[in-house]
Amino acid sequence: MADVKKIATREGYSDTLVELAGEIPNLYVFDADLAGATKTSKVKKAHPEKFFDCGIAEQNMMSIAAGMAACGNIVFASSFAMFASGRAFEQIRNSIAYPKLNVKIGATHGGISVGEDGASHQCCEDISLMRTIPNMTVIVPADDTEARLATRAVAEMYGPCYLRFGRLAVPVVFGSDYQFEIGKGVVLSEGTDVTIIANGLMVEKAIEAGKQLAGEGISARIVNMATVKPIDKELVLDSAAKTGAIVTAEEHSIIGGLGSAVCEVVCEEKPVPVLRVGVNDTFGKSGPAVELLDIFGLSTSNIVATAKKAVALKK
Amino acid sequence: MDFSEKKQLSLKACRVRRHIIEGTFHAKSGHPGGSLSAADVITYLYFKEMRVDPSNPKWEDRDRFVLSKGHAAPALYGALAVKGFFPEDEIKNLRKPQSFLQGHPDMKGVPGVDMSTGSLGQGVSCAVGMALAGKVAGKDYRVYSVLGDGEIQEGQVWEAAMFAAHKKLDNLTIFVDNNNLQIDGTMDEVNSPYPIPEKFQAFGWHTVEIDGHDFDQIENAIAQAKDVKDKPTAVIMHTVKGKGVSFMEDQVGWHGVAPNAEQYENAMNELKAKYDELAAQAE
Repeated sequence: MADVKKIATREGYSDTLVELAGEIPNLYVFDADLAGATKTSKVKKAHPEKFFDCGIAEQNMMSIAAGMAACGNIVFASSFAMFASGRAFEQIRNSIAYPKLNVKIGATHGGISVGEDGASHQCCEDISLMRTIPNMTVIVPADDTEARLATRAVAEMYGPCYLRFGRLAVPVVFGSDYQFEIGKGVVLSEGTDVTIIANGLMVEKAIEAGKQLAGEGISARIVNMATVKPIDKELVLDSAAKTGAIVTAEEHSIIGGLGSAVCEVVCEEKPVPVLRVGVNDTFGKSGPAVELLDIFGLSTSNIVATAKKAVALKK
Repeated sequence: MDFSEKKQLSLKACRVRRHIIEGTFHAKSGHPGGSLSAADVITYLYFKEMRVDPSNPKWEDRDRFVLSKGHAAPALYGALAVKGFFPEDEIKNLRKPQSFLQGHPDMKGVPGVDMSTGSLGQGVSCAVGMALAGKVAGKDYRVYSVLGDGEIQEGQVWEAAMFAAHKKLDNLTIFVDNNNLQIDGTMDEVNSPYPIPEKFQAFGWHTVEIDGHDFDQIENAIAQAKDVKDKPTAVIMHTVKGKGVSFMEDQVGWHGVAPNAEQYENAMNELKAKYDELAAQAE
């Protein structure tokens, strides 16, 4: 793995925004005094006329974005996941999603891997919050390749969207031939005993877990589920039918995110055991990102252990 | 403004007020007090000032209006109906499941509504976004917004005020409907925002204080707003909550209560008498 390139997903997001701002005349990019960290500063540099810094006022930023969108523009509004989805939740709900305006929320620094800044900045509730809003599409790209494709895809669709990116540089797992489609999960490897459905930085760990499980005689299907809403119901049910057990893995609270979304589908239509790997209803803490992921169980070894439990539950 | 023009506006305002009473009565809920206090400025905007076309509500170059105090929806719906955006008969269906007239403005369903509002503080930011959109697109349309005086207790209003002045949005004019009453009491009792003009001035806005029921003063305020360069304008309107229905005037209890059958009759009769009196005046 030593030769695998590592890039934070916010890089691909902002590089793609620079391209899109050059291609689409009515596309604008907003930030709330975090352009250096969200990387939208690249847009400011390349297309200063397309970039507006709203200052430390996320609520106003979201409603201004709605006003701009109501006049026929596409607006990408960025901040950290905590402040975008948390502080500005109600503006996103009422100003953007209720009138179904063409605003894309590009939230960076999602999850525990924010690292040293600690619990106040480690948002593990954003997917849950955004998923509950009608008209909202929610996407968590796994790597640089997917971040770029997802950013372009949401610019091309009409309507509100929440994109979640990370701070930490993560391995690039998908090649240039990778195909991304909103609302479609991707089977990364086939298996028969259990399915591991992951998104974000947990996808790479799920792939690794699949290899370790194979070594122990357990055949795991590995699925990347970047779009949490609308969830790829067909693929979830297919996985439930073919493998009879599911493990979800996400850098988010086990409440309300990918794990919950999968449970909802499975419980209603094809009940099989579903075990969730995620942050266990607790706040994060300060520390190096990579260490924190292990401390909070967001690890390959925890996915492997949980997959074995899921297989045992089938009996 | 000449006598005839003022008379015509007064007649329109009277019809808008009748729609406010009619809508809230049939809905058995709603906000008559703050709708009546905002009725004159909304009437002025739609019948004298704004560049809008009822046959083409989404016209790109139209002036925009955002009712930031979205609970005054009956006033906006009344004006839109009288203007011809939709049939006046629809007002009777306000807040009913089969109607597009939601309790608070819904831009997806109501022809002529430029922004969905209802959660206080957000509409003014949306208006700022529309003004910014006009500037970046090089359009000459103007953006108007009406805010409640209680609404400016929301911090987002001041985030919007800071941004609008910073971006020199002189195509934006807001009206603060200062009827001095909010749900829990007078502004001073609850959480005083006074003095209001000084606050907007400190944020870099041009301000005008007027009687919000005087069409000449509204006209003058808008003329000033159009003359001022590089600054947005805040018009602080002194108004009377419940204006035009004597038993509702200046009564905090009429914030969010619908008239009963007897009150409905009395209010409609009072407004009809006012209308007939105005109509009979020689031009």
